[in-house]
Amino acid sequence: MAGGPARQYNNRLVRWIEYRLPIFSAVEATIGRDMPTPKNLNYWWSLGSVLFLALIIQIATGIFLAMHYIPNGAMAFDSVEHIMRNVNHGWLLRYVHANGASLFFAAAYIHILRGMYYGSYKAPRELLWIIGVVILVIMMATAFMGYVLPWGQMSFWAATVITNLFSAIPWVGSEITTWLWGGFAVDSPTLQRFFSLHYLLPFVIFGVSLLHVWALHVHGPTNPMGISARSKQDTVPYHPYYTSKYMSVIGLALIILAFFVFYEPLFLSHADNFIAANPLQTPPNIVPEWYFLPFYAILRSVPDKLGGVILFGASIAILFLLPWLDTSRVRSARFRPTYRYFFWIFVLDVIVLGWVGAQHPEGTPLLIGRLATIYYFAHFIIILPFVGWFERPRPLPESISKPVLKSGAAATEAAE
Amino acid sequence: MTRLRGMLAAAAVTLALAGGADRALAAEAEVAPPKHDWSFYGLFGTFERPALQRGYKVYKDVCSACHSMKFVAFRNLVDIGFTEAEAKALAEEYQVAGEPDEFGDPTTRPARLADAFPSPYANEQAARSANGGALPPDLSLITKARENGPDYVRALLVGYKDAPSGVAMAPGMNYNEYFPGHQIAMAAPLSEGIIEYADGTDASVEQMAEDVATFLHWAANPELERRHSMGFQTMIFLILLTILFWFVKQRVWRELDH
Repeated sequence: MAGGPARQYNNRLVRWIEYRLPIFSAVEATIGRDMPTPKNLNYWWSLGSVLFLALIIQIATGIFLAMHYIPNGAMAFDSVEHIMRNVNHGWLLRYVHANGASLFFAAAYIHILRGMYYGSYKAPRELLWIIGVVILVIMMATAFMGYVLPWGQMSFWAATVITNLFSAIPWVGSEITTWLWGGFAVDSPTLQRFFSLHYLLPFVIFGVSLLHVWALHVHGPTNPMGISARSKQDTVPYHPYYTSKYMSVIGLALIILAFFVFYEPLFLSHADNFIAANPLQTPPNIVPEWYFLPFYAILRSVPDKLGGVILFGASIAILFLLPWLDTSRVRSARFRPTYRYFFWIFVLDVIVLGWVGAQHPEGTPLLIGRLATIYYFAHFIIILPFVGWFERPRPLPESISKPVLKSGAAATEAAE
Repeated sequence: MTRLRGMLAAAAVTLALAGGADRALAAEAEVAPPKHDWSFYGLFGTFERPALQRGYKVYKDVCSACHSMKFVAFRNLVDIGFTEAEAKALAEEYQVAGEPDEFGDPTTRPARLADAFPSPYANEQAARSANGGALPPDLSLITKARENGPDYVRALLVGYKDAPSGVAMAPGMNYNEYFPGHQIAMAAPLSEGIIEYADGTDASVEQMAEDVATFLHWAANPELERRHSMGFQTMIFLILLTILFWFVKQRVWRELDH
């Protein structure tokens, strides 16, 4: 993040600080005038900025919510209602926080799919990708624990179902579960530790995302062509070009968030969570939030509990191996005629899994879920390596600034 | 207790993971309540004050005999169009527990504006024993705690029928078209002429059901009107801001050869 040519600042205070702590030049070199960025980035590259915004929104609203929330089994549900009714604009804080989590995941999933489409995980950006997957895993843990805090029926039973997954571990499973709960069932001690961790983890995400940005700036972002910037002509400074380009996407993201917050704040939530947690009464269908549904479908597609847990873990862990499972040396799907179709089939597969995750796991949905689960893993383990070996990529353009090789590329193809 | 909870939890997890045996029950529940055109739906939706006040009367005279509403305070009644003096007078109709007196004996005092609506029963056991074992749910959040809450509440209140032949009713249960499983412990609470509205509106069962559903939706979403008006301002602001951002981008990139 450091580096770049030393800038001369006019402001004396800035100069004084810069001499002792070169923070201004570090920012310039990260998202400023000294960050050369490929000039052909499209709007799909803006999601990183949206994600940063989402994290800040979650932390900011969360800090204020924590001032009024009480992490105790007997008081949590009532304290959330206190926030909704008696705290000034408490309803706004809570609805922004609850819907902000959905914005966060939606942006993260698009960000990840962009990386998959354009091969952003390929050398030399494998670590950048892996750090991103680490962030995803922490995000999931944070979101899950946050969902437990309102202590409604879905909160309680989601906590029960998910913590019980650990009991599938052979020999020590039940001891681990008891240790996680801080007792013999999900109860106040569980809620209190979840609250503590839910407050801690966003700051861990913040730290790890700095690593993500650091790794990003070693080789710079990829671009829709997947070829490296060769000359100055291929790049523009991040500021003002991409700051201006991404601000409108941030505006759009805020419009979508505001629409949900003000007009459909409960669209993505579940009615059962407005019933206080009751350990003696199970809701008819325990479903997680929408962003966990594909993984939930994978979990439930296996008749064996341990098997389900293993596949569930593997469905995320396999992302760590993606840089090595994809054997193609061409990054961008733009030049990969075969992979391109498999990419969209994969997207469809994940959407199908999401639908299955919301259904009762029996009959047709269960069968579809099993097939979609098999395909999910086949995409990574079979399709990606084989497509990489057998696919004939289209010729790559010479450089970013000369993509208008259309005539040239056509000529090459015709010659072949 | 903890052991029982653990066992229940294990059973629930098995159910959740392996698919519900309660599926039959869920299937029976699928009688969708008819959609109603509520005044509070839509981008500019608001509550009609006369309907809210009539709904409060239905709640107070009928529902509150068995159902608590612990998250709503008397001071909130000002929001539905009562004056502060009227709300105070309504509060003082109730006696609530006061501070212990100088000898340490419990006392009661009239309710104040700051007090939540008092519960009809001292505790869950008392509520169950007075209602044939069933617990009347707290109504503060009822329209949020049910799918299509306002429609459901309204439909439920007018959905009482004679049980179709062939349906074996459990003792003390009533047949209701819209209740999951169709057997509800609550007897039909509304009937023609049970109350008289102060504003002269005909208190038909349909009218009372609609009014009380409106009131309950307000009780669950007291911020709704503020939320809608603030949402409109926020959306206008954000849309203008985004358009400006877009023009800035056009302006910045115009000079670049790309």
